[in-house]
Amino acid sequence: MAILVDILSWFFLVAGGAFCIIGMVGVLRMPGMFARLHAASVTDTLGAGFIIIGLILQAGFTLVSAKLIIIMGLILLTSPVATHALAQAALHAGNRPKVAHDETGGHIAGEDEPSNS
Amino acid sequence: MTMFAVAMIAVLVSLALAMVRAIAGPTLFDRVLAVNSTGTLAVLALAVIGFVTGRPEFLDIAILYTLLNLVGTIAVLRYFHPSEN
Amino acid sequence: MLYFASAVIITYGFWLVLSGHYTSTLMIIGAVSSVAVVALASRMAVIDREGHPIYLLGRATWYWPWLIWQIIKSGIDVSRIILSPSLPISPTLINVKASQKTVVGVVTYANSITLTPGTVSVEVEDNEITVHAITRAGATDLAAGDMDRMVTKFEGGAPS
Repeated sequence: MAILVDILSWFFLVAGGAFCIIGMVGVLRMPGMFARLHAASVTDTLGAGFIIIGLILQAGFTLVSAKLIIIMGLILLTSPVATHALAQAALHAGNRPKVAHDETGGHIAGEDEPSNS
Repeated sequence: MTMFAVAMIAVLVSLALAMVRAIAGPTLFDRVLAVNSTGTLAVLALAVIGFVTGRPEFLDIAILYTLLNLVGTIAVLRYFHPSEN
Repeated sequence: MLYFASAVIITYGFWLVLSGHYTSTLMIIGAVSSVAVVALASRMAVIDREGHPIYLLGRATWYWPWLIWQIIKSGIDVSRIILSPSLPISPTLINVKASQKTVVGVVTYANSITLTPGTVSVEVEDNEITVHAITRAGATDLAAGDMDRMVTKFEGGAPS
């Protein structure tokens, strides 16, 4: 039983570490700020989630696990808020994302007339 | 113990990559994005350190850091938000 | 009053988890301070149906696992894009309709979009969300409306 838990937490910790590195490599490789947001959210969700699940498996059914679950919940609740605030602020500061396919017809939600910048 | 070391090394490598983007990133928003990721990775590093040293008190600091990370990002973005329309 | 009581219980549970010392003095101090915190918060009028949506807790038991499964699937997709040498991205900007009736529902939908790697909600206004997606396939998947229907069901509206 203990060996099974160890194997599972090895898997989750290695997968989480790999997703953290992949996300940050993406932040370095992606062109443009909006593309980088997507790479960073891999680190925020899968990387953080898998590492914390691996730690929970090692901690067992204790108060430490409850704290780790609270940390995971807070990360999952706060990271989309920060990402959305970042994207919105970048858009309002005049950084139109460079897109291959613009299917909005130039219309951004909340703007009155289509802008042609 | 080895598994925590592996996770710690992965988190530290990711932190180094985030730092490269924070220093290089051409616009302000690239830097804020890198700093936000740095905050998340610092929380993970704190949680893993707690297990490596066998002192779960580090988790309390990690909870606090998660909240401060959001507040810090929002504060910087509010400051640069064009509120005058 | 129901929202007040549930907020006190959740705050007190948070205190108990963080404290870890279960002597009677500390537990009384914890009870007093959680009641005081919730009283201060209710003076700010944030303890109501919108600010403390406790009624969603039961439906979260099937919505959150579904959302986590979506996150894992699209996270693996984005990781594959990052690791492939040619970097096959096709950034797409798209407007999607949010069919939710309450503010909580629209916020849940926008945050679910952002939490899923590969799509970020850039701007939200009333019932329209502008989404930036890393691939065109991700944008068309979102426009197909699976997530929209799930969030509407989660919020309690009639599933369409």
